[in-house]
Amino acid sequence: MTNTILSANNVTKRFGGLTAVNSVHIEVKENSIHSVIGPNGAGKTTFFNCLTGFYKPDVGEILFNGHSLVGLRSDQIIVLGIARTYQNIRLFANLTALDNVLIGQHIHLKAGWLGSALRFPSTLREEKTALVEANRLLNFVGLANKGNQIAKNLSYGDQRRLEIARALASKPKLLLLDEPTAGMNPHETEEATLFFRNLRDELNITILLIEHDMRVVMGISEIISVLDYGLKIAEGTPKEIQNNAHVIEAYLGRGSAGNVGKDQVAAAPAI
Amino acid sequence: MKNNLVQPIRIGLMSGFIAIFLALIGMVETFDKRDVISEVISLGATVLLLTILSAAYLAARGQSKNGVRWMFTAGAVSGLVGGGALALFIFTTTLIDMRGVFINVKATLIKMLTLEQEVLALGLMYLIGVSTITGLVGTALYLTPSRVRQALLVAFLCVLALGVMQELLRVTFANVGFLADLIRSLYEKNGLSRVGAASIFIVTFTLTFAWSFIQSPVQARIAALSPRGQFLLKSTSFLLLFAALFFIPKALDNVYIGEVMSNVGLFILMGLGLNIVVGFAGLLDLGYVAFFAIGAYTVGVLTSPERGGTLNFWQALPIAISIAVLFGFILGIPVLKIRGDYLAIVTMGFGEIIRILVLSDFLRPWLGGAGGIVGIPKAEVLGFKFAGPIEIYYIILIGILIVVFLAIRLKDSRLGRAWMAVREDEDVAQAMGINLVWTKLIAFAIGASFAGISGAIFATKLSTIYPQSFKFDVSINVLALLILGGMGSIPGVIIGALMVVGLPELFREFDDFLFLVYGAALVVMMQLRPEGLWPETTRLRELHHEHAPAEPTTAD
Repeated sequence: MTNTILSANNVTKRFGGLTAVNSVHIEVKENSIHSVIGPNGAGKTTFFNCLTGFYKPDVGEILFNGHSLVGLRSDQIIVLGIARTYQNIRLFANLTALDNVLIGQHIHLKAGWLGSALRFPSTLREEKTALVEANRLLNFVGLANKGNQIAKNLSYGDQRRLEIARALASKPKLLLLDEPTAGMNPHETEEATLFFRNLRDELNITILLIEHDMRVVMGISEIISVLDYGLKIAEGTPKEIQNNAHVIEAYLGRGSAGNVGKDQVAAAPAI
Repeated sequence: MKNNLVQPIRIGLMSGFIAIFLALIGMVETFDKRDVISEVISLGATVLLLTILSAAYLAARGQSKNGVRWMFTAGAVSGLVGGGALALFIFTTTLIDMRGVFINVKATLIKMLTLEQEVLALGLMYLIGVSTITGLVGTALYLTPSRVRQALLVAFLCVLALGVMQELLRVTFANVGFLADLIRSLYEKNGLSRVGAASIFIVTFTLTFAWSFIQSPVQARIAALSPRGQFLLKSTSFLLLFAALFFIPKALDNVYIGEVMSNVGLFILMGLGLNIVVGFAGLLDLGYVAFFAIGAYTVGVLTSPERGGTLNFWQALPIAISIAVLFGFILGIPVLKIRGDYLAIVTMGFGEIIRILVLSDFLRPWLGGAGGIVGIPKAEVLGFKFAGPIEIYYIILIGILIVVFLAIRLKDSRLGRAWMAVREDEDVAQAMGINLVWTKLIAFAIGASFAGISGAIFATKLSTIYPQSFKFDVSINVLALLILGGMGSIPGVIIGALMVVGLPELFREFDDFLFLVYGAALVVMMQLRPEGLWPETTRLRELHHEHAPAEPTTAD
């Protein structure tokens, strides 16, 4: 529980004159649920993109279980054990749910072009196992019976679930969830929160979470890092964050820090 | 109420303009030379009437909320206006001499459009009258129940198709005794006989109408079959299809049919290859003809004694495929980072580069420049020479079988899924661990290999190859057959090739209008059925459900 699985040191990403992520230092402990919060445009998703190889940070070092991630492509990073979901759901929209999950297993399957074309006995066995695994994952996220549906025809909540199933198919050690409860109603959000905790408790997956819903964040995170204008302005347990003057200022504006309590931060909606 | 007439008038005018356009470009007159039903109605007249009829159908549909009376009014008005516009045009041609600009405005055209009446005014009135009646028929067609309408449509299309195909059928079945007699009885002179047309119409109508009742029960029965039963059904129907494809050309023993089927087959091979690149992996390749050319030229150089070639076809074939694959990789490398429209332009450039290289003086000592390569020997197996189109058809058939087999397996495999993931969302595909470089290169390479096979057979089929055979329009045709058949769909490729390559063969004498019809068909197709004639279906798999550890069962 005390091992650091991911450590980002001094990570900076600039787009022209804009510094989206500015010298951010974040350490994620193994088996923890770690949240990254901050107002819109704070650089949270950019930070995720740096971790998963979508962007290459301009400055800084990212270590995952001792491997440096900087300069690796996203297809190399997932092999190390980092999977992610996307803020605006990015499924393979015209494929079935089952195919989406099967694609998630890509790195664990071995069939090459020859095996794919000729379907050797070993390929056949592998496909069979993959299919069973895909069905298991669909059941696990609550999409039993929906495997043959085209991804884009699924309901919004189901699409979010499918995205998580696809990410889990790669058997990650660290799962990055980018606003997984956006657009869900309070009941669904509650279910999702339980589900994330299960992921960690049962599958021993470390979770790094970007989230706007403070009930979720405060409910399940062990550590929260707060970004604002690309800078990390605070880090600590939910309790510490709720009382942090910088955080309150970032969310509610200057001058608020003195006279608002933790309730307002806790109740702060997705700003 | 006045407002209601605006739309029918507009639609009628549009149909009138289309009719005038078709007349001006000479299509109506050329088509008039072929009769659908001998001495009753010609193909030219059918085209005109169909224009008016469809317009009236649309006009009636536009009034569907205003009751039957208005719908008939709208249909009639649309027909009246369409016929009126055409009549006005004819009247104008008698006042002004248009021949200087529109060379097709001939006396024969006027004569045909005025229904061969001596008095112009009478002819024009007949024309308008017929259009109006056609408009009413269009409305009636809209009002008939869809089941009947569909059967009518199918029956009509069958009569039209058979009427037009007289020549072809007569030639095709000339060597098959009883069919030749049957065909002779259906036709007279220049088209179907009246009795022939009526019997075809009645038979097809009845069959279609009956099928519409038993269709869904039959489909339900098939769907309810066990996986094993479905497999048996599929394999039997496949075997039957294969047997038909295998024996038909031999039974007909007709060089022309063999030629057409070989051409269609070559395009099916190319289509299956491009289907992997464009349909599966979503990489728009407009220079696909290059690989076809590479396959053909490799075989040409290696086998033609004129070029110092010493190999036979079977030795050259694997080399041709390998070189096509190699060029697939070579094309792939520079375009890896390029997406969408830009990719189309770059690949188009590649296709042209290959053609221009082949044409160049620089490579003339090897590839023969504009003179091409001649004297490519025919393929032989144990002394049997694949000389004529019918024999070569069998090589193509076997090639298609192998390629279809590979394509089906590839589609439903780890690689196939990776291609589709790249097609759907390249970035996410990469983040799922798919190596974009390799996945795209292998798509280009496998696509190229299929075109290489096609090109190799093409070379031995013709014995002579020229750079002229490898122009840009081959790429476009292959892409068009994919779009027409249904992107990503393997049966769609076959249907598409029949439509794009096979169908024009039937209308050789109307060659001038090929691209007009072709373009119009694509436009209509994209409007009505953008997913293609036989769209890709998602494979439905059996879902396994893992229940929680079952409670001990009490009953058995």
